Amino acid sequence: MSTTTKPDSTGTSTPSNRISGSEAVVRCLLEEGVDLVFGYPGGAIMPVYDELYKYSDQIHHVLVRHEQGATHAAQGYARSSGRVGACIATSGPGATNLITGIADAMIDSTPMVCITGQVPKHLLGSDAFQETDVMGITIPITKWSFQITEASEIPEVFAKAFYVAKSGRPGPVVIDITKNAQFGELDYQYERCEVVKTYVARPDVGRNELQEAADLINSAKRPYILFGQGVILSEAEDELKAFVEKAGIPAAWTIMGLSAMNTDHPLNVGMLGMHGNYGPNVMINECDVMIAIGMRFDDRVTGNLEKFAKQAKVIHLEIDRAEIDKNVKTDVALVGDAKEVLGLLTPLVNSNSHEAWHQKFKECDAMEFDKVIQNECSPTEGMMTMGEVIKNLNKHTHGEAIIVTDVGQHQMVACRYAEFKQTKSNITSGGLGTMGFGLPAAIGAKLGAPDRQVIAVVGDGGIQMTIEELGVILQTDVHVKIVLLNNEFLGMVRQWQQLFFDKRYSATEMVNPDFQKIAEAYKIESKRIDERADLDQAIETMLDHDGAYFLEVMVGKENNVFPMVPSGAGVSEIRLE
Amino acid sequence: MPQQITIAVFSENKAGLLHRVTTSFTRRKINIESLTASESEVPGIHRYTIVVEITPADADKLVHALEKQVDIQKAFWYSNEEIIFREIALYKIRAEAMTDGSPALDVVDRHHARILSVEEHFTVIQKTGRREATTQLFKELEPYGILEFVRSGRVAISRPMKELKDYLVELKIASAR
Ligand SMILES: Cc1cc2nc3c(=O)[nH]c(=O)nc-3n(C[C@H](O)[C@H](O)[C@H](O)COP(=O)(O)OP(=O)(O)OC[C@H]3O[C@@H](n4cnc5c(N)ncnc54)[C@H](O)[C@@H]3O)c2cc1C
Ligand SMILES: Cc1ncc(C[n+]2csc(CCOP(=O)(O)OP(=O)(O)O)c2C)c(N)n1
Ligand SMILES: [Mg+2]
Repeated sequence: MSTTTKPDSTGTSTPSNRISGSEAVVRCLLEEGVDLVFGYPGGAIMPVYDELYKYSDQIHHVLVRHEQGATHAAQGYARSSGRVGACIATSGPGATNLITGIADAMIDSTPMVCITGQVPKHLLGSDAFQETDVMGITIPITKWSFQITEASEIPEVFAKAFYVAKSGRPGPVVIDITKNAQFGELDYQYERCEVVKTYVARPDVGRNELQEAADLINSAKRPYILFGQGVILSEAEDELKAFVEKAGIPAAWTIMGLSAMNTDHPLNVGMLGMHGNYGPNVMINECDVMIAIGMRFDDRVTGNLEKFAKQAKVIHLEIDRAEIDKNVKTDVALVGDAKEVLGLLTPLVNSNSHEAWHQKFKECDAMEFDKVIQNECSPTEGMMTMGEVIKNLNKHTHGEAIIVTDVGQHQMVACRYAEFKQTKSNITSGGLGTMGFGLPAAIGAKLGAPDRQVIAVVGDGGIQMTIEELGVILQTDVHVKIVLLNNEFLGMVRQWQQLFFDKRYSATEMVNPDFQKIAEAYKIESKRIDERADLDQAIETMLDHDGAYFLEVMVGKENNVFPMVPSGAGVSEIRLE
Repeated sequence: MPQQITIAVFSENKAGLLHRVTTSFTRRKINIESLTASESEVPGIHRYTIVVEITPADADKLVHALEKQVDIQKAFWYSNEEIIFREIALYKIRAEAMTDGSPALDVVDRHHARILSVEEHFTVIQKTGRREATTQLFKELEPYGILEFVRSGRVAISRPMKELKDYLVELKIASAR
């Protein structure tokens, strides 16, 4: 705990622990190392905003333009920095505007603490002005939530909230604070939370299971590693690399696992799933031992479960016991933290190289290159493609940038072709697939990693869902680069309409505004290109510019993302065209 | 095959927790047949006993989904063979139907039910047992006029000898590391 001094009304400092609830809120945030919050004020949270004003030299408040933007910015911040994202909103509509981002953070395991104002305790349940049942609404989409109705509860609840949000499988926490608790006083004392009696953050992996897993791996002829975001959340990148290299096992990443290993690592065979690479999908049904690490067998990864790895013995390394056997039946469950468990497992496995097995992936790669990649990434005629834009970005960033995407075709193309040399470099809405995520998340990501180049790759549909957040760039001067891949369509949905609904383009064609004028109105440097010849220079100019930049690239209107596992099909039924 | 399954959830008694428990069911569209909240043998630990009709595989997933909730300590599921369970039912019968020698009294006797309270205008019968038994009594009393009927949720005791506190000890070792 700390005894700090605060200025009293005479300007002199007196040691005092008697403070208001609203001041306690800000002090708790500082105790947890929060120096940045994203938010939007309103009646029920005004006392806290008043304290934020007083503490503005220690805590920076970023005024978003819509509370949804605050949540996605907090997510972007959390994902680029590895810290807990914090956001704050008023009661009623302020709180309900947070819902999409909370649900997104829940399914993508992003540590976030959301603070909402609430009507005074005596008015709860009276349909008071801007009263909503925030607990009732958020319980199903939070890791934990709590309503504070007395000032004295604040320190303990905040400590628990930050601990819960960050530990174990991370997730969002909501703290709803009634206005009387903000105005009330308490004897302030802060103690960080390190354990919650009813909650096991880090289960201990079983020794027997470790040995069983090692035996399986050592006897495998065609072992195959699937890894996901759990590696990044666990900061187990080095341990993963050591394990993969020693055992010589080909390793594929999920979209959320992107950047946990270098793209060009020889044992990194590429991306799993619906729009993943050909080999990684087909080999699912060829391997004899599958080792899943920090990934949850999402249906976008597995396709039809009846046709998924039925021949393989499955080892699943997971921190969340509820994920074991949820989708794919496991032979050996390693329930624990990836970093810790990999550290224990690697010494137990034999050095190996599995040359012939690797060769099979390479053969698939060659096929995919001929049928898909070449045309997508190096076309010589026609409209520009999304793939060539991403390839050009790689050329200039050398894989050092953080790529934040929105949701749609551009997202899939960016995930397929962006190259990574550093972890925490791919920030996308995976589980919820929230259009509108990209721009605010990129703003948050830049604030969470100010020294890194942050590029938002967005679609013409998605950006219009949160385009108001350009106002944050204007007001807070955040140097993000925005690449709008404009196909004048809700492209991903249009692709499905083309392939599965006989080209009936129901409500997917977009009549768009002049994005250049919008960028200009927000005083953001911008350019629009539609000629291939201008691409290289445009990207160079964007990256060299000292400030935010908005680059709009007109791309083919009816291009499709391939390969593709049609929904309901097995991973081996992946289509190259 | 879906079957009758009893789920026991152990947690601290906190506002909002019941909502967390029930949303775990509703989001999977699992209908709750009965729910009982009470203390447990461990001080400070509350217990929910919930009866549902699901497959054992779904019961496994549900129990793990419940257990991972921050304020929930432990959850178990049991088939009917693994527990000893009871419900309690109360029947409010018109006083006239319960006068000496009335056949309704025979029914009560035969079912080993108890007369809980005799009031001026009505009598309250209590029957403890499984659902089939309390339902059968309902059917047989019905001709005499049941003014009000209520049945509690299931309460159940597990047959395995391992105690909750043993599980909690295991958990504490894990979390206090
Ligand atoms: C349009 C669209 C298309 C998509 N197509 C694809 C696709 O083709 N391929 C693809 O992969 N995805 C695709 N996705 C994303 C997909 O929906 C999932 O979000 C993604 O597959 C989940 O990846 P994950 O399991 O690695 O990550 P998460 O969902 O984040 O799961 C991480 C897992 O790691 C565990 N974990 C957390 N911390 C630790 C720790 N310390 N130690 C061990 N384990 C830990 C968690 O409990 C969790 O189970 C698509 C999404 C959209 C919107
Ligand atoms: C909030 C929300 N609404 C609807 C969808 C369904 N959806 C998924 S992708 C997509 C199209 C996205 O269009 P655009 O942003 O232009 O990207 P493109 O696919 O064209 O690259 C839609 C409508 C969604 N994911 N999120
Ligand atoms: Mg589009």
